[in-house]
Amino acid sequence: MIKIVKRDQPSRAIFFFTPVLAIFLTLVAGGLIFFILGFKPFEALKFFFIIPIADKYGFSELLLKATPLCLIAIGLSFCFKSNNWNIGAEGQLTFGAIVSGGVALLFYEQEGFYILPIVILAGAIGGMLYASIPAILKTYFNTNEILVSLMLVYVSKLILDYLVVGPWSNPEGFNFPETRQFSDSAKLPLLFEGLRIHAGIFLALAAVVISWFVFYKTYLGFQMKVSGFSLKTAKYAGYKGKKMIILVFLISGACAGLAGVGEITGPIGQLHREISPDYGFTAIIVAFLGRLHPVGIIFASLVVAITYLGAETAQIFMQIPKYTGQVFQGMILFFLLASDYLLFFKIKFIGSKK
Amino acid sequence: MIIDINFVGLIIASIMASAVPLILASCGELITERSGVLNLGVEGMMIIGAISGFALMTVTGSLIIAVFGAMLAGVLISTIFAFLTQTLITNHVATGLALTIFGIGISAMIGKNFVGIPGKEFPVLFEGLKDTIPLLGPILFGHSIVFYFAFALPFITSYFLKKTKIGLIVRAVGDSPESASNQGINVRLIRYACILYGGAMSGLAGAYLSMIYTPQWIENMTGGRGWIALALVVFSTWNPIKILIGAMIFGGLTIIQFHMQAIGVRIPVQFLTALPYIVTIIVLVVISRDSRKIRLSTPSSLGKSFHKDN
Repeated sequence: MIKIVKRDQPSRAIFFFTPVLAIFLTLVAGGLIFFILGFKPFEALKFFFIIPIADKYGFSELLLKATPLCLIAIGLSFCFKSNNWNIGAEGQLTFGAIVSGGVALLFYEQEGFYILPIVILAGAIGGMLYASIPAILKTYFNTNEILVSLMLVYVSKLILDYLVVGPWSNPEGFNFPETRQFSDSAKLPLLFEGLRIHAGIFLALAAVVISWFVFYKTYLGFQMKVSGFSLKTAKYAGYKGKKMIILVFLISGACAGLAGVGEITGPIGQLHREISPDYGFTAIIVAFLGRLHPVGIIFASLVVAITYLGAETAQIFMQIPKYTGQVFQGMILFFLLASDYLLFFKIKFIGSKK
Repeated sequence: MIIDINFVGLIIASIMASAVPLILASCGELITERSGVLNLGVEGMMIIGAISGFALMTVTGSLIIAVFGAMLAGVLISTIFAFLTQTLITNHVATGLALTIFGIGISAMIGKNFVGIPGKEFPVLFEGLKDTIPLLGPILFGHSIVFYFAFALPFITSYFLKKTKIGLIVRAVGDSPESASNQGINVRLIRYACILYGGAMSGLAGAYLSMIYTPQWIENMTGGRGWIALALVVFSTWNPIKILIGAMIFGGLTIIQFHMQAIGVRIPVQFLTALPYIVTIIVLVVISRDSRKIRLSTPSSLGKSFHKDN
C-alpha cells in the first residue's frame, strides 16, 4: 500500500535532487515523444543531447548559448528570491542591446580601448532603465509586474524592428533589416581561433560570483530571503520594501542588458531583427532548475543550452522540427515543479495488512 | 466628404470581430481566477487551440469537429496545469509560464505541416439581413456563430456567477477556500473544473483566430493576445461585463492600425503595432492605482495554493 505523508520540514537533499530527477523524466518523456513521431527514441536523444557537444566546436557553441542564459537567470534569481515576478527579461535584453548597439554605432569606424567598456556599460544601463518601468509601476502604482514586464517585451522588439528597418539601417545594406557592422573596438574579443565563444562568458562568471556573495554574505541578501518567505515579516522587521523591489529589478535588468550586449557585440557585431531566440524566457526555466542558487544556475544553463543545440542538430540530421527544443524546455519546468511535491511529502510503501 | 454610414458599421463590426478572441479567453480566465487560480498559460492554451482547430479542419474537413476539437485540446492542455497546481500544489505563476512555453513549442511542432495551407470558409449567419438596416445591419448580421457566442458570453458569465448556485460556490471557493471546504465543498474539484473551463474557452479563442479571423496557420499567430486577455481580467476588476468594454477598446486599437495606414497617416507601423501593448500598461496603471478597489474586487485566494491536510 502506498501512503503519502507530509514531511515535518522540506528535505534539503531532495531540494537538490529534484532538478536531476526532472531532467531524467524529461529525457524519458522526450524519448516517448520521439517514438510517437516515428523516430528511434535512443538515436533521437543521442542526436539531441550528445552529438551537438561531442567536439570542440560544439562545446564552444554550448558555452555561447549558456552564457546569456546563465547571466539572465542570475539576475532573475534576485527577483524571484524576493517574490518579484519579472518575466520580461527578454525585453530588458532587447532594450539593453538597443542602447549598447546605438552607442557602438556612434563609434562607427573608430578604434580605442575605451569603446568596449562604454558599450558594455550602455547595455547594462539600457536593461536597467527598461526593468525600472515595471519596478516603479509596481511600487508606486500597485501595478502587476508580470503583465507590465511582459507587455514591454513586445514593445522592445517593435522598437528594435523600427530602428533596424528605419533610422539605424545600414545605408549600404541593400535595405536588409540590419545596422552597420560595429568597429572591432566595440566587439567582445573571441577567446579561441575558429570558435565563436567570446569574452562575454566572463561577464556571466562575474555575475555568478557577485550574486553568490550578495545572497549569502550581505544584509541585502538576507532581506531578500526574508521578503521572499513572508512580506509581512519583512515589513515588521522594518525593511524598505519599495527600495528593495526597485533594486532587484535593476539588478536583473542589468544582467539581461549585459546578455543583450553579449549577443550583439559577440560573433554578430551588429543589430538586427532577431538578436535572441527567447533567451529571456528560457532563462526563467534556468533560474528555477538551478534552484535560484548561483552554482545551480551554472549547471542549469548548460543543460538548457543543450536543448537549443540539440534542436538544431536534430533538425538538420533527422528533420525533427526545431521547436522540439521549446517542448523540452517546457517539460523540464513541468517535471521540476511536479517533483517539488517530494520536498514536502514523503511517499511511504507500507506492507498491506489484511 | 460624405461618410458612408454602412462603412462606419463595417468598421465597428471589424472591431467587434477582433475583440472576439479576447472576450472568449478573458471570460474563461475570469472564471478560473474567480475560483482562486491564476493561470498564466492563456497564451499557450490559445495557440494550442489555434493549431488544433486548423489541423482538425484540414484533416477531417469538418468544421464542427475542428471547433470542438480545439476546445478539447484546450481542456487537455489545461489538465496538466490543473494536475500540477491542484494535486501537486505547485506555484501557479511558474506552472502557467511553463504551460505557455510548452504550448508554443508543441503548436509549432504540430503546425510544421500546416504552414501555407489555405483555410476554409466558415459559414456566417443572417448574411441576407446585412443590407436591411443602415449602420446596424453590418454590425448585427453576417457573422459566425462563434462571434455571437462571444458577445453573449460576458452576460452568461455574469448571470452564472451572480444567480446560480454553482456560480456562488465558485466565488466562495475563490474568496475563502478554507470556509468553503468546511462547508463540505470539494475545493479541488471546483478548481479543476474552472481551470478546464478556462482551457476550453482559450482553445475556442485560438480556433476563432486560425479558422475564422485569419483562416490559416501562422507560427505564434496569437501574438500576445493571451497576455492581453489576462490583462483584461484585471482591467475588468473581475466583472465579466467590463471585459466586453475592454475587449472593444483593444479590438479598436488593432483595427485603427489598418485604417491609419490606409489613410496614409505617417506614423511608423511598429508604433501602431505597439499601441495595444502600451495602452494595456497605461490602463493597468490607471486601474491598479486605487489599491483599495483592487483589493476589494480581487478574489482573496487568487494564486494561492490550497491544500487540505489529510
